[in-house]
Amino acid sequence: MTKTRAIVITGNGTNCEMEAAHACRLGGFDETIIAHIAELLSGEIRLDDFHFLNLTGGFLDGDDLGSAKAQANRLRYARVDELEEHLLEQLLRFINDGKLILGVCNGFQLMVKMGMLPGFDGDYLAQRTTLTFNDCGRFQDRWTYLKVDPASPSVFTKGIEKGIYLPMRHGEGKFLCDSAATLERIEQEHLAVFKYSGSDYAAPTMEFPLNPNGAQNAIAGICDPSGRIMGLMPHPEAFVHYTQHPRWTREQLPEEGDGLILFRNAAGYARKNLK
Amino acid sequence: MPIRIEAALKDGVRDARGERIKREIEHFLHLQVEEVRTMDVYTVDAALSRQELEQAAAGPFSDPVIQEWSVDRPLAAGFDVAVEVGFRPGVTDNVGRTAREAVEYLTGRPFVDGEGVYYSVQYLFKGALSVSEVEKIATGLLCNTLIQRYSIMSAPEFVARRGFPAMVPRVDAGTSGDTTMREIDLEVSDDELMRISKDGVLALTLEEMRIIQAHYRDPQVVAERQKMGLGAKPTDVELECLAQTWSEHCKHKIFAGTVHYEDENGNKQEIKSLFKSFIQATTKDVRQKLGAKDFCLSVFKDNAGVIRFNDQHSLVFKVETHNSPSALDPYGGALTGIVGVNRDPFGTGKGARLIFNTDVFCFADPFYEKPLPSRLLHPRRIYEGVVEGVEHGGNKSGIPTVNGSLVFDERFCGKPLVFCGTAGIMPAMIGGEPSHEKSIKPGDLIVMTGGRIGKDGIHGATFSSEELNENSPVTAVQIGDPITQKRMFDFLIRARDKGLYRFITDNGAGGLSSSIGEMAGECGGCRMDLSRAPLKYPGLNPWEILISEAQERMSLAVPPDRIDEFLAMSKRFGVEATVLGEFTDSGVFHILYGEQTVAWLPMEFMHEGLPPMQLPAKWTPPTHAEPVIEVKGDYTDDLKQLLAALNICSKESVVRRYDHEVQGGSVVKPFSGVANDGPSDAAVVRPILDSFEGVVTAHGICPRYSDIDTYHMTANAIDEAMRNYVAVGGSLDLVAGLDNFCWCDPVLSDKTPDGPYKMAQLVRSNQALYDVCLAYNLPLISGKDSMKNDFYDGSTKISIPPTLLFSVIGKIEDARKAVTMDVKRPGDLVYLLGCTANELGGSEYAALKGYVGNRVPKVDVASAYGRYQAYHRAVMEGLVASCHDLSDGGLAVAAAESAFAGGLGISIDLSRVAWKGGEEEWSDWALLFSESASRLLVTVRRENAEAFEAIMGDDCCARVGVVTEEPRLLMEAIEGNTVIRAGLAELKEAWQSTLREL
Repeated sequence: MTKTRAIVITGNGTNCEMEAAHACRLGGFDETIIAHIAELLSGEIRLDDFHFLNLTGGFLDGDDLGSAKAQANRLRYARVDELEEHLLEQLLRFINDGKLILGVCNGFQLMVKMGMLPGFDGDYLAQRTTLTFNDCGRFQDRWTYLKVDPASPSVFTKGIEKGIYLPMRHGEGKFLCDSAATLERIEQEHLAVFKYSGSDYAAPTMEFPLNPNGAQNAIAGICDPSGRIMGLMPHPEAFVHYTQHPRWTREQLPEEGDGLILFRNAAGYARKNLK
Repeated sequence: MPIRIEAALKDGVRDARGERIKREIEHFLHLQVEEVRTMDVYTVDAALSRQELEQAAAGPFSDPVIQEWSVDRPLAAGFDVAVEVGFRPGVTDNVGRTAREAVEYLTGRPFVDGEGVYYSVQYLFKGALSVSEVEKIATGLLCNTLIQRYSIMSAPEFVARRGFPAMVPRVDAGTSGDTTMREIDLEVSDDELMRISKDGVLALTLEEMRIIQAHYRDPQVVAERQKMGLGAKPTDVELECLAQTWSEHCKHKIFAGTVHYEDENGNKQEIKSLFKSFIQATTKDVRQKLGAKDFCLSVFKDNAGVIRFNDQHSLVFKVETHNSPSALDPYGGALTGIVGVNRDPFGTGKGARLIFNTDVFCFADPFYEKPLPSRLLHPRRIYEGVVEGVEHGGNKSGIPTVNGSLVFDERFCGKPLVFCGTAGIMPAMIGGEPSHEKSIKPGDLIVMTGGRIGKDGIHGATFSSEELNENSPVTAVQIGDPITQKRMFDFLIRARDKGLYRFITDNGAGGLSSSIGEMAGECGGCRMDLSRAPLKYPGLNPWEILISEAQERMSLAVPPDRIDEFLAMSKRFGVEATVLGEFTDSGVFHILYGEQTVAWLPMEFMHEGLPPMQLPAKWTPPTHAEPVIEVKGDYTDDLKQLLAALNICSKESVVRRYDHEVQGGSVVKPFSGVANDGPSDAAVVRPILDSFEGVVTAHGICPRYSDIDTYHMTANAIDEAMRNYVAVGGSLDLVAGLDNFCWCDPVLSDKTPDGPYKMAQLVRSNQALYDVCLAYNLPLISGKDSMKNDFYDGSTKISIPPTLLFSVIGKIEDARKAVTMDVKRPGDLVYLLGCTANELGGSEYAALKGYVGNRVPKVDVASAYGRYQAYHRAVMEGLVASCHDLSDGGLAVAAAESAFAGGLGISIDLSRVAWKGGEEEWSDWALLFSESASRLLVTVRRENAEAFEAIMGDDCCARVGVVTEEPRLLMEAIEGNTVIRAGLAELKEAWQSTLREL
């Protein structure tokens, strides 16, 4: 059997690469590597050799032109040294090969701004949504309850009954669509995988701080229609063990944190479907 | 021709940035505005086609979902007045730099010299504002005129002139373009020597100027110089280099000086170097005491201290201050402070991966309403700017901010204190050698990596060695760029693991002059060519290149056989690296500019040429009015006022802005409790994710006690750090301390007639440092002093209260045993560990009543250490449900915080509290609010009570109450009446409301 392989891209301000790689390993990937973007651009490391791509949190290029904008531009135009291709071509091939991508926080911002999400009709390069400044006008680090849509096609959230509890840590996480039609289609196709909610995961909320940024329809994360490409603002890799929970000293919690299931599902899917 | 590209939010899109500005205008400036809209402006000064400009505008410069863009056409409409704010020439423009890179990717063509992209923000105001009101908004809120420029246009003017013109803030080389060195004639009068020092911001004293003068008279020196083609006069490069090397900031002359100390009884003592006599002696004696259990690996000699974590890893920790720059430009100063201290552990040993930051800020009241001397920024602006600067620096660097404090005192309006700390971890061995050791061999190459050199931060070291005054230089301010630094660290940590360099250090204060000067000391000399240094713009003089404090740079020694691989790798990672020369064993700091020698300084003269300062110190204990405390039947209102006091209230609005969880190792977060909002005592993090070994960090700071006696201020600060550390479960077998002194100038002079008193305060502080650390087995591994924290404009002098920040770093063997401060279950028993005495001197309660008092808390180190050891055993045995340290506001405040954090009530019987002192002093108010040291409020499950009491023994361990289901704090007085009765919600509201909106 082929080994399941995960890759976490870092460089230019990405900073959650270690815990993302740790979550991939705990989730069951046989191999996980952290690759610096320079190593991809030099051709030393190729996306083709992996099954699961993690675009994780950080401040790509300082979010100087708006979150992840500069990296979106870089991925679109940068060429790979050794190979006669753009990095973008590798990325599109990765998607077309039926592989998995998870974008978290800054990685989600990147996916949205490149147009990889929502990925309507197989078009992964058309930006229809964005993530912009929180309504409160400030960066926030706080834990959020995320109601999961059980009808979503996401391969990452299979088995989650109601929702998961994860930390959000961002200044630009307010999800917005370019039109009412886009929002409607996201809702209709159950692509809005995660929505900010109360602690009972009963209903989406627009109330601060439960909804920390004022996102449209309380959307915290979306996937593409295939369910293989997903992004969310809160950090699943930051809750894989109970000691990361803010109230672990006062609540009886299972050993594993809520975020790990996303990585387990990814590993399971890769083992079953990818070679 | 420069072209403006604008990106504005589409109609109907909420402008969070504009809304925030509107709120701030109303809040701070008390002006009414109808609406504020903002837009981004990129001024592109590069040879680009119209099509490329439009591609950039539509691509990286704008977000198609929410923004519209234009090229060379103003977008603004429907406003009354517009203000545009951009940077002054030469100021770091991070957005502009990123924009330029984005265009380079897009076109596939690198910019040529002189081309660039410059960022500015346009603010559009609707509302009836007068010209002077708009000026006030521009200068009071939107822009810091030291580093930024602004222009204002009314709507009609805007239409008439087709908007703002394209402005390029490029640094011009100057009319002369003269970058040659000058010689300075020191054969002049004393007055003239002082004028040279003052005008050049050299901060050299007359005595120091004379020492330099004498050096250049030495016939042997003259002869040697002749051989190098130099005259007998010092060059500007040499003088600047000596001024930097000998600055208080770099040389720590006060801590190295000889102190003539006289105590209150007239006993005289000569102390040769406070640093050696107390700080180094502490570590030496503690290590001796620890014997085989000594865990120190590298102390005082490197950029940060290094201790053992386990067999495979070592911990590194450093805390710095960045006070003077933060006073001038709070945002840039503080940002530079945090990214600057990151470089210390990164540049320690062979280089460490950074695992957490800590921040402590000392400000004046942000609601301050009295007049301020000109040049001082309002405390509120300092607060906003510093908080935001550290937020950006820390968050963007991907390092969690796990611990900190905000401390308030009116005197910090003279200078705010901005302490930033960073810890790192490194493999114990790298390439078969201990990672905390490094060396340089003659022949190794001098390599500088990271950012380029500009005029930013020139004279930072010498300027911070003076008081802040009207003429403090603008160039002393730098703005950090966390992303350039992060890129450099990403590269260097990989280069470290490949063994591509032998030595690494940081470029901080003093720039290359300091870093290469110190590195040259390792092998006995260097030869460096400044003309090879990469510059941000042309026109820098050699001396400016040498001492510039331009940020994000590391200096390295690379063996010649590794240089090709090093440079190739740096290129791939997009990090600039330049060979500037080589290290030698010539005994000389030899600097060239091209072919010409511009500095030739014997190493011995540079580093040993300065005789110790002679410092008088005389201790006269001050006496203050003894507080007269009204005896009351109910102290609930007093408690609420204390909870709302600036030094006690919740800092959540600030703390939530800092990412405290990135890297995934957070175990005890800044907030604990049922609603994630109780104030944790210390932080626990797991730096290695597949291990449960935790790093614990905490700090203590109590400048208020300095008004009574700095000995006890220091003892309490150390004890506070230790009890916070111990509270969460930190081990006493592996814990080290860092001392950061921030003092007002203690050197006797016309400006400082009370120098001997302030110097005596420093001596007493050092005495306590030694006494307490020795008792606590607490080696000092690193620290820093900042000795000129005064403001003086010729008439008003504001000196900060002498302040010691004491930080600790240590270990918890199993992080799963950590304890938080929130009470856990109804029915749990409440214990107060430690004795309470009538010690309200310098307390928050005394301050609330308008007093300082005299009875400062005194630390009984022997009793406290025994208590901490016993308590730690109880924690390790799993007997402790919650623990909160008692500090500002005493028992009443600690009990209220633990209760509302846990969402459960506490009922306490004050008569059961262990009392130390006379019966006649036994009072409810002292029991409630005294700040006696070394006390912990602990809750324990009933079934564990016996075991807990057996471990704690009888020394000041008292069962004082119980946790209750009813959400209420009840405290019963000595006489049996209830002196505090309050619902948790009202207590929490009092505690949270003060800073909630900031």
